[in-house]
Formats: sequence, C-alpha cells, structure tokens
Amino acid sequence: MLEIGNVTAGYGHFTALWDVSLRVDAGEAVAVVGPNGAGKTTLLRVISGLIPTRAGVLALDGTSLTGMAAHQIVAHGIAHVPEGRRLFPALTVADNLKMGAFLPAARAHHAESLERVYTLFPVLAERHAQRAGSMSGGEQQMLAIGRALMSRPKLILLDEPSMGLAPVMVLRLFDLIRRIREEGYTILVVEQNVRQVLKLVDRAYLLEVGRIRMEGRAAELAEQDFVRKAYMGV
Amino acid sequence: MDPIFLVEAAINGILLGGVLALLALGLNLIFGVLDVVWIAYVDLVMLCMYAVYFVVTVWGWPFWVGAVAALALGALLGVSVHVLIISPILTSAPINQLLATGGLLFFLQSFATFLWTTDHRSVRLTLPSWEVAGIFLPATRLIPFGISILAVIGLYLFLTRTYIGTAIRAVSQDREAMALMGADPRRVYLVTSAVGGLMAGLAGTLLIFQYAVHPFFGGQFGPLTFMICVLGGLGNMVGAFVASFIMSEVIAVGGVVFSTEMGYVIAFVIFIVMMFVRPGGILTKRS
Amino acid sequence: MTVGRALGAGLLAALVLQPLIPLGGYRQYVLHVAIQVFIWSFIGSAWSLMGRFGLVSLGHGAFLGMGAYTSVLLWNFFGVSPWLGTLAGVAAAVGIAVVIGIPCFRYQVIGHYFGLVTLAVGEVIRLLIIAERDWTAGSLGLTLKAAGGDSLWALQYANKQVFYYASLAVLLAGLWVWHRLDRSMLRSALEAIGEDETAAASVGIRVTRLKLGVTVLSAALTALGGSLYAQYISYVNPDTLSGIGVSLKIVFAVVLGGMYSLLGPLVGTALTTALAEGLRIAFGLKFLGMADTIYGFLLVVFIIFLPSGIYGSLREAFRRRASPPAPAPAVPAKTTA
Repeated sequence: MLEIGNVTAGYGHFTALWDVSLRVDAGEAVAVVGPNGAGKTTLLRVISGLIPTRAGVLALDGTSLTGMAAHQIVAHGIAHVPEGRRLFPALTVADNLKMGAFLPAARAHHAESLERVYTLFPVLAERHAQRAGSMSGGEQQMLAIGRALMSRPKLILLDEPSMGLAPVMVLRLFDLIRRIREEGYTILVVEQNVRQVLKLVDRAYLLEVGRIRMEGRAAELAEQDFVRKAYMGV
Repeated sequence: MDPIFLVEAAINGILLGGVLALLALGLNLIFGVLDVVWIAYVDLVMLCMYAVYFVVTVWGWPFWVGAVAALALGALLGVSVHVLIISPILTSAPINQLLATGGLLFFLQSFATFLWTTDHRSVRLTLPSWEVAGIFLPATRLIPFGISILAVIGLYLFLTRTYIGTAIRAVSQDREAMALMGADPRRVYLVTSAVGGLMAGLAGTLLIFQYAVHPFFGGQFGPLTFMICVLGGLGNMVGAFVASFIMSEVIAVGGVVFSTEMGYVIAFVIFIVMMFVRPGGILTKRS
Repeated sequence: MTVGRALGAGLLAALVLQPLIPLGGYRQYVLHVAIQVFIWSFIGSAWSLMGRFGLVSLGHGAFLGMGAYTSVLLWNFFGVSPWLGTLAGVAAAVGIAVVIGIPCFRYQVIGHYFGLVTLAVGEVIRLLIIAERDWTAGSLGLTLKAAGGDSLWALQYANKQVFYYASLAVLLAGLWVWHRLDRSMLRSALEAIGEDETAAASVGIRVTRLKLGVTVLSAALTALGGSLYAQYISYVNPDTLSGIGVSLKIVFAVVLGGMYSLLGPLVGTALTTALAEGLRIAFGLKFLGMADTIYGFLLVVFIIFLPSGIYGSLREAFRRRASPPAPAPAVPAKTTA
C-alpha cells in the first residue's frame, strides 16, 4: 500500500534521512524502531507531508504523493498521529474529533465514525465536553488516535504513542492499538518501546542515524542479539 | 445633577454599546479567535463607510446597493490585508503584525485625508424616532443595536456549529495539526479574513446611519474596539458583547459626569488594569 | 584607527563645524532641520533601547507629552526654570513607566499585549492633556511664555546655533548611553529575556527588575527629548507630542533605519525628515497627508522585507562581505526521534 523509495530529507542544512526505503502492505502493522535522533519522527513527517523530500519518492496504492502538501495527503487516506499528540488544547474532545472529520468524505460519515471512536474509547464519550488540554496523557493519546480515525484513513501513522505515559497506560494503549488493527486499519508505528511494539506488529525496520540498518519479521528482530542488548536491556 | 441626565446618559450608553459591539465582532474574529493583529481594523470600517457615502449620497443609488458595496468592499479588504500584509509575516513575532498594520493605519488615514480631506461626510436617511418618557430613541441607533445582536448570535453559531468555524477556532492553537486534519491552514486564514472584513463592511453600513465619516474615524474608535475584545475575553463573542456595554456605559455616564475625554480616560484605565488582572478577559478565569 | 571610526570622527567634525560654513539665507533652515533630526533621533534611540529587546512600545507619546507639558506648564504658570521643569517632567515620565511597568512585567504582559497597553497609556495621556483644557488649552496647544530675550535660566535663545549644539550634545549623550548598554552584560541578559523569559529567570536573571530598568531609562530620555523639543519650538500640542500618531512616527523612523544598531534611529530619522521636507518643498500644502501616506506604506514594506531597517541591512551586508558565512550548524531546528 505505502511505498517509500530512496527518500532523503532533513531540516535546513541538516540531513536526517539518507536513502530510506520501506513499504507497508494493506492490513499490515509495521514498526520503525531505533535510538533517539535516528530520524524516526522525521520519517513520519515526510510521509504525512509536513516535511518535503530532497530526493526519493512516496506512493500510496500506486498514486504518487511526492511533493504533495500535508492537507492533500490526508485526503488520500493517510492519518498522522503526531509526536506529542498535538491536540487543539482549548477545544473540547468533541470538537477535536470534529476536526478529525474535516475532509468532505469524512464529514458525510461523522456520526458513524464518532460512534466507532466512542465505542473504542469510552472515556472520550464520558469527557466529550472537556477541554483537551486538561486531560491526562493517556486520555490525550486516545483522543489523538480517535481524531485520526475520524478521517476514515487507509493508513495510520503513530509517532511515539507511548511517550510520556505510565507503564500501565502503555499496556492499555498497545491493547487498543491491537484492537484498531483488528478492525482492519493498516498501521505504521514509530516507537522507542521496542519490546512492546515488536509484540504488536508483523514487521519492523531498524533505523539508525538516518539509515535503515535492518528489516524483518518482528519475531526475528526480537531475537537479534544486539537488538536485545541495546534496546531491551537484556 | 438632575437624575434624568444620568438616565439619558445610561440609555445613550446602551445604544452606543450596540455600535461598539458591532465594531468588536469582526475584530474579535481576527484578533480574538485567529490571533492576528489588525490595528487598522476600524480604518477598514472607515473605508466601507466612505463606500456607502459615495454610492448613496454622491452617485444616488438606493441604500441597499450601498450596503452591498460596503459588504463586498469589506470582504475584499479583509482578504487583501491578509494576503499582502499578514501572510508574509505570519510566522514571525506577532509584534510585526502590530507594526505592519500600524503602517497600514497610517497609510489609510493619510491617504483618505489626501483623497477626501478631513471633511465629515454623512448619509442622509430619514428614519423614525420614538420618544419614551422624555428620552429619544431614534431608529438610527436601534437598528444597529438589533443587528449586532443578530450578528453575535450568527457568529457564535458559525464558530461553534460549523466545521469551518471550529477550524477557525482551532488553527491559531496549532497550524500544523490543522494541516493534518486535511484542512489547508492558509485557506482557513483566508476565509476568516474574508468574514472579518465582511463584518467590517457590516459595521460600516450600520454606522453611517448615525456617524459622519472622516479619515480619523479609526482614531476615535480603534483603540476602544481592541480594548473591548480584550476585556470580553479574546475570541469570546458573548464576552465582547457584554464588554461593549460596560465600556459604553463608562464612556457615556463618565462623559456626562466629568467630561467627554475623561469618560474615555476612565474606560482606557479600566482596560489597562484589566490587562494585569485578567488578561483573558472578564468572563474567563485567570490562567 | 579603523575605517568606521575615522568616518565617524569625520562626520562628527563636520556636524560640529557645520554652522560655521557660510550658507547664506539657508543657514536658519538648515539649522532648523538639523535640530529636528538631532532631537527626534535622540528620542528614537531612547525608544529603541526598549524596542530592540522585544519591548515594543506604541505609547512613547506618553513620555514625550509628560516631559514637554510638565516643563512648559511649570514655566508658564509658576516661572520654574526649564532646567528644573525638565527634571520634573522626567520624574513624571519615570513615574508612569514604573506604575505601568511593574504590573506589566509582574503579570507577564508581553509582546503585542504589551504594545496594546502602551497604546492605551499614550492615549490616556493625550486625552488627559485635552481634558485639562483649563491649564493646557486642550487641542489648541500651549505657547511657551517668552522670557523676553536670551536666557540660560529660561533656556530660550533666539539664535538657533545654541539649540543646534545643545541638541547635538544631547544626541551624542544618548548614543553614548545606547552604546554603553550595548556593551554591557545587561544587553545579553535583556536579549535572553527577549527570547525566553522563563529560561532567563531560571538562570537567575532578575527579569522584572531589568525590564523595568530599561523601560525607566527609555522613558526618562524620551521625556528629556520632549522637554528639549518644547523649549526649541516654543509650542506644545497634544496631537504632535502624545498619542498614537507621534508614537507610530517614532517607531517608523527607528524601524526604517534599523532597530538593532547604534546609528539606525539617526539614519531613519534623517530619512523621514528629508522625506517630509522634500515633499513640503516640492508640493507645499497641496498634498496634505502625502508624507504620512508614504510613511505608512514604507513601514508596511519594511516590516515585511527589511525588518533590520536600511542601515541595519547595509551593515549586515557589509559584514557578510567582510567575513564568509560560518558553516551551517549541526543542530537541527527540531529534535528528531
């Protein structure tokens, strides 16, 4: 479904990604792991169009997305749950979700999508009139994911969903992501919590200093010695 | 002092409040909601008032044509200000918006003086006036009052019930996140600027009923309009409505008790104090 | 001696000797224009003490007006020498700066909100001057009572040369103050505050105290400029010496020349004065309002395209020519995962 070929990108004079290629097939859950500063967030921002590529191509289901603006890429079916959630803090839960359904195609199914999100995340239904900025980290993450679901995407990008959450919340969160996966969504997740994420996904890529070092089935990667030592503290 | 003067001042204050509320609406949308500073906002209103004057008094068209012209001009001006002035400096410090639109203010006031001199121009409209208990209630004051109430309700519904209205409320909080919703932030800003300009046109159309227009009209009402927006809570349509009346009462009653200027001085001092005490406005809690 | 220093010394010598150059009938006019440039540059410099650190005030008309009206009123009604009257005006302006500054800085009213508060203050002073028309003659303005001949005590001289040298001296003093602040540790502290107040406070910088300090300094110098101007022109008017109009003009001149450089305000003021005089000579009163129209237009253009002003941009251009640009920083603008 998603094809990224030889992408190079960065900020100003700094290059964060070098010649990165990866793919995500429909229905898959794929992870990108790696240390801090590896370029994982940059990668997602390139896919969702927030950062332009200097070289390389992006395509979704054969349609080229290279050079498209972020709001157009959303219209093609990619929803990005950014690092740090990036909710609209002064808006209510309901209004944040409403913004998720801004696209004309999504608006038509607003009520249906909302129902779905409230079923997946009952706490959001409870707090639908609460200001997003006043919610806890875990609740905000659920809202951010719910908001992405409102656009009825084909592919969901998750950037460090467990960041800043208590361990108990992290487990719950990954359960929820599993459930979303079961509903049929295709997921590309960037995570520092290697252990949890490898349990969740089918395949994974290891990104270090802007380059893909390894890729393979999640179980295989989890077995790799140096992965275990470096990232799982074994 | 004969209490009837105070009552009359209070009533005039309410009617003035309707005028101020109308002025504050569009500015509140731009400054309060979108967090963009158009210091020259009331000068845009001034231009729309001149438009009505020229269309109706000079060229002899009926009033409704003048109104349409003012509304169209307002929307056009709003979009132009955004595209030409605000958009290039949107990502730099907001003070630059203040300075750039300050330059625009200077430009508009001076150019208007150059084109049309400082003569006061008004539009003659014969409308009824009623007398209640010795106090005059002219339609020229009641109509703007009524329309500003309708406009407040309309804007409130627009901002809370529609998608684009909610987007306008959201975009100033996080532009990037807005793009991730599939909404082009630039379009959101453009739409808001057009609506804000439209409100300026509406204000101009209704103000020409009761005020003569001259190049320094903005000087008279400009700072006051900003203060009302802050006082009522930036972006809070209802708050600005309430604040308009508080300010207008202070000015009207203060003007009768002390002097016209002192009335304004007291209003400004209240504003300054409010900025320290409740920078979010009177209807919000201190953050 | 560097090229810059040599040029500066040469310029200074030229300015000092200028009144001695035979100019015939134009002498008075040139002196008049020069005095205006000196005084308003001084005021612009005073404004930029705050402006360059992010404390953009749109109400310096308040300090200007307080300085001018205090000394004129004290002279006209009580015969108090302008020497003392100026001190009183400065004290009054400082008072306002403190009364407004302390709450502003305590409650973190910054940026464009600070701009709006200063705007309000400027207008309050203007309105108060008009309201107290029994004393101040309101919008009609007040003429300085004649001392009947040249007098140091009354600071009144028929000979413009005296004011020429006096205002030049005041301007040089103002530039010296600017320069000293620029070279001091305070400058770094104020710049830190301008970038991130919370971070600055966390390293021990006394944010409120420093902001108040620079505001008081700016207010005091502006009031001094106002008094001096009133003494020279012998007439004060609330619309030319307080309110948003004059406040914006000061800002514009400084932005035009360059807010962040020593000579920026001087260059900017010289240019705006030249423009105004040029227009007046060319068109007389025919194009009333044209000078201000051009100011407004240029202010917009400069904020968008040349925020460092004319002088500032030229200086940057020279610097870049002199030394090649440093290699790009390795630290990206945003942290990445």
